Amino acid sequence: MEPLLEVRNLVTKFKTDAGIVYAVNGISYSLARGESMAIVGESGSGKSVGVLSLIKLIPVPPGRIDDGQVIFKGRDLLTLAPEQLRKVRGKEISMVFQDPMTSLNPVLTIGLQLTEALEEHEHISRAAARKRSVEMLELVGLPDAENRLNDYPHQFSGGQRQRIGIAMALACKPDLLIGDEPTTALDVTIQAQIVELMKELQKELGMAFIWITHDLGVVADLVEQVAVMYAGFIVELASVDDLYHRPGHPYTLGLLESIPNIEGKEERLIPIEGRPPDLHQEPRSCPFAPRCRYVIDRCREAVPPLEEHSGHQIACFRAEEIQDAQRDPVKLAALVTPAKQAAKAAVARSDAPSARQKVLVKVENLKQHFPIRRGIIQRQVGAVRAVDGLDFEIYQGETLGLVGESGCGKSTTGQAILQLLKPTAGRVYFKDKELTGASKKDIRAARRDMQMIFQDPYASLNPRMTVGSIIGESLRIHNIGDRSSRQERVEQLMALVGLNPNFINRYPHEFSGGQRQRIGIARALATNPAFIVADEPIAALDVSIQAQVVNLLDDLRHEMGLTYLFIAHDLSMVRYISDRIAVMYLGRIVELGEGDSIFVQPLHPYTQALLSAIPIPDPDRASRRQRIVLEGDVPSPANPPSGCRFHTRCAYATEICRREDPQLRSFGNGLQHVVACHHAEQFV
Amino acid sequence: MDYAIRRILINIPILFIVTVIIFLLVNLAPGDPVDFYVNEEMGVTRDDLTHLEEKFGLNDPIYVRYFKWLGATLQGDLGFRYKNGDDVAEVLFERLQRTLLLMGAALLLGVVIGVTLGIYTGLHQYSIADFLLTTLSFVGISMPAFIAGIFGLYFFSVKLGWFPSGGMRTIGKPETLLDLLHHLVLPAGTLAIMYAANFMRYQRFSILEVKRADYIRTAQAKGLKPRIITWRHTVRNAILPVVTVIGVTVPNLVAGALFTETIYSWPGMGSLFVDAVAARDYPMVMGIMLVTAVVVLGANLITDLTYSLVDPRIRYD
Repeated sequence: MEPLLEVRNLVTKFKTDAGIVYAVNGISYSLARGESMAIVGESGSGKSVGVLSLIKLIPVPPGRIDDGQVIFKGRDLLTLAPEQLRKVRGKEISMVFQDPMTSLNPVLTIGLQLTEALEEHEHISRAAARKRSVEMLELVGLPDAENRLNDYPHQFSGGQRQRIGIAMALACKPDLLIGDEPTTALDVTIQAQIVELMKELQKELGMAFIWITHDLGVVADLVEQVAVMYAGFIVELASVDDLYHRPGHPYTLGLLESIPNIEGKEERLIPIEGRPPDLHQEPRSCPFAPRCRYVIDRCREAVPPLEEHSGHQIACFRAEEIQDAQRDPVKLAALVTPAKQAAKAAVARSDAPSARQKVLVKVENLKQHFPIRRGIIQRQVGAVRAVDGLDFEIYQGETLGLVGESGCGKSTTGQAILQLLKPTAGRVYFKDKELTGASKKDIRAARRDMQMIFQDPYASLNPRMTVGSIIGESLRIHNIGDRSSRQERVEQLMALVGLNPNFINRYPHEFSGGQRQRIGIARALATNPAFIVADEPIAALDVSIQAQVVNLLDDLRHEMGLTYLFIAHDLSMVRYISDRIAVMYLGRIVELGEGDSIFVQPLHPYTQALLSAIPIPDPDRASRRQRIVLEGDVPSPANPPSGCRFHTRCAYATEICRREDPQLRSFGNGLQHVVACHHAEQFV
Repeated sequence: MDYAIRRILINIPILFIVTVIIFLLVNLAPGDPVDFYVNEEMGVTRDDLTHLEEKFGLNDPIYVRYFKWLGATLQGDLGFRYKNGDDVAEVLFERLQRTLLLMGAALLLGVVIGVTLGIYTGLHQYSIADFLLTTLSFVGISMPAFIAGIFGLYFFSVKLGWFPSGGMRTIGKPETLLDLLHHLVLPAGTLAIMYAANFMRYQRFSILEVKRADYIRTAQAKGLKPRIITWRHTVRNAILPVVTVIGVTVPNLVAGALFTETIYSWPGMGSLFVDAVAARDYPMVMGIMLVTAVVVLGANLITDLTYSLVDPRIRYD
């Protein structure tokens, strides 16, 4: 049967001031009617540019499609006249984009944005187009669709906007739907909703789709084929089962190894060492060679072609050996290049020091409300209850993971503990001294001992300061040492976090994302603190870099006896690094306990839903498990539901949940596992 | 609605502060209105001056004078000119109309030309027209109204004789609209150049910015006609920031209008202001400053309200 889409040797380049960027370097694949495929890669892998090039959506200039053919239903889209190509876009091939916040036109109603494509391609009347739009919105599960056609995008939540984006893409019943990281910007539970929606839609409409993602887990039980891209090449292309069970490219293997396993206590993460590829060099050798553990001389001489290896297409000279190892660590270890073995021999992960008698941070009934002002005189009419009554302790030497979806108040909690915000109510103790209500001077002095690592390594480093002055700033502020001893300390710190101390006078833009996050970590460590709040420290990093940073944080904790509050939305990473985990929902902690007991026996329905929404990078397990998909969105923290705040989305909710606010109760072994749920008993 | 009311009410305290500042500035400035009457040839005596001071109420304490003035002003009574006893409000109103005509014509020209060229050059980035117009806009921006005015006067009036060199109408001819417009071309055009250039650059930049937006890519992916992508999606969004720029430009325009009026002897507030300051005609100076402040506040108000109409995100504030 003739494939629906056949891409042959597609080459896309960007001509920039800094030279040519080799974004896509000759990729080929094909897709049958109704087939689904994922393209997986990190930033700069060319995965987005690759699909945008199919319907010439890349900006020209600076972009240029240099070579290749895109045969779609028998025609080459790249040679089609613009007017013909336009009739393919939206009608036969349509797209859903990554960021639902910016992908819809803010000044047009969603009704207009939905109907305009229908009027364009189907030549139907506006009334008919509106009717069809309502049908599509109902199909993607937008409540009250008919009445909401005249609303503007900002009146919808992120998840709802992405549903609208999907409805828009499906309006003309395309043969091929392309999703360019359609769930990356969404919370895990919303991501799970969208993934389930896609599965249903494909069953119902039978279109082919390409799903672009950086997360191997998301697509494990969603697609049939997976293409892994690195530096503009497809390095591996296989059916989803084959790819997960018998990966043949070292990069695929590395990606799989750097994702923590959520079942069973893990060994140390194996990161992919090195930095992302430089796309300014014309590729003449295997682009992954500099980071590859299995590199041989031949890899540095030529680009390995994408070749068939027992049902797999792999671009690696050692594909067969690696494939035969079938992810067996012992067999793989034998294949590692001798020179790289030292690096591979990782320190065994020593278990956490469980001498946790001593409380380092104590939080009592912490509240952080932000006023909402309205009206002519800006009277306060309410408050966003970002954090609404938290009680917990952080023991010396432990890592407490704080998880929840966006808007649950987890970052606010971190800032309130450090007194970066002035809490509305409640007390925070640090080393038995109360911080809330302490004088400015005392808080400043205490900050030496409490530091923060921020989420975005691009925005949190001052671009006009050198790395040396960024790291050394807190030393200067706290008058620690003299100029030369400070310089020495900065160099020490840089070495400690794995940066070359010779780069002390460089500026942040000269570093990659992962390296910048190391700078941020070194800055936090400068004053030798006891306690660090890490606010989503890996969320902005690529998968292969995340493992590097998490390992570093874990090593530092053991070496320096640090205590972390690790804030994140990625549960699998949280489990990997944390001793105990606190789950937050709408400003409250709903469950807190040892990492193992939370993961093995979650007692709160919200925790259960969160856990089941974690993407599992294994198609068998992913399809076996029962997914709890929460309905709807998180309610507004300005107006939280009565009783249990989760009852509006909870499958187990009964009358009492609507009425009474559940308190944290202890379960299981001693005081270790606490849950705020009226029905927790039934899950024990 | 809430927003509109709040936006309007905020002007009340601002206006009050403006009146205080105007009053203080004028009254604390050195010099005295009676100085104007000092004329030895006519034999004005000290007594006459004292009499005048009495008559104008200049001997009262400053706050008394302020509240007297404020009270009268609130009732629309701006007082009488020291110079000739004309009613300030009456004279001002007549002059204000003429100045507003000049400003309005200039603003309209500036917006129409600037926004149109800005949209064109933004949509055709790197074309020859874009290059030429962008270069020209530099010239326009760096040329103050009084230089442009002198050039305009020299070329189009003195050399080419296309337009009259000054005034509002041809003396001895019937007052026709055409005649008025004929007189308006040079002063309004002069004033408009800088604003057209300015608006063009903002509009061009804004178009370039919006062209890169995610929602434009969405529109392209939907296979819409280029015409619809351009007008419905790109231009609509790109005009929003320019609305603000136009609004904040109006105070500038007032200053520019004063210069231009002087060059082209346009009988508006500009020449009146110069006269009044020279004569230390307090009521007139204060009246002009007050009216100018009201015009500026009004322009900003209109800008903000317009913005909330065209941008749905502001409405539900």
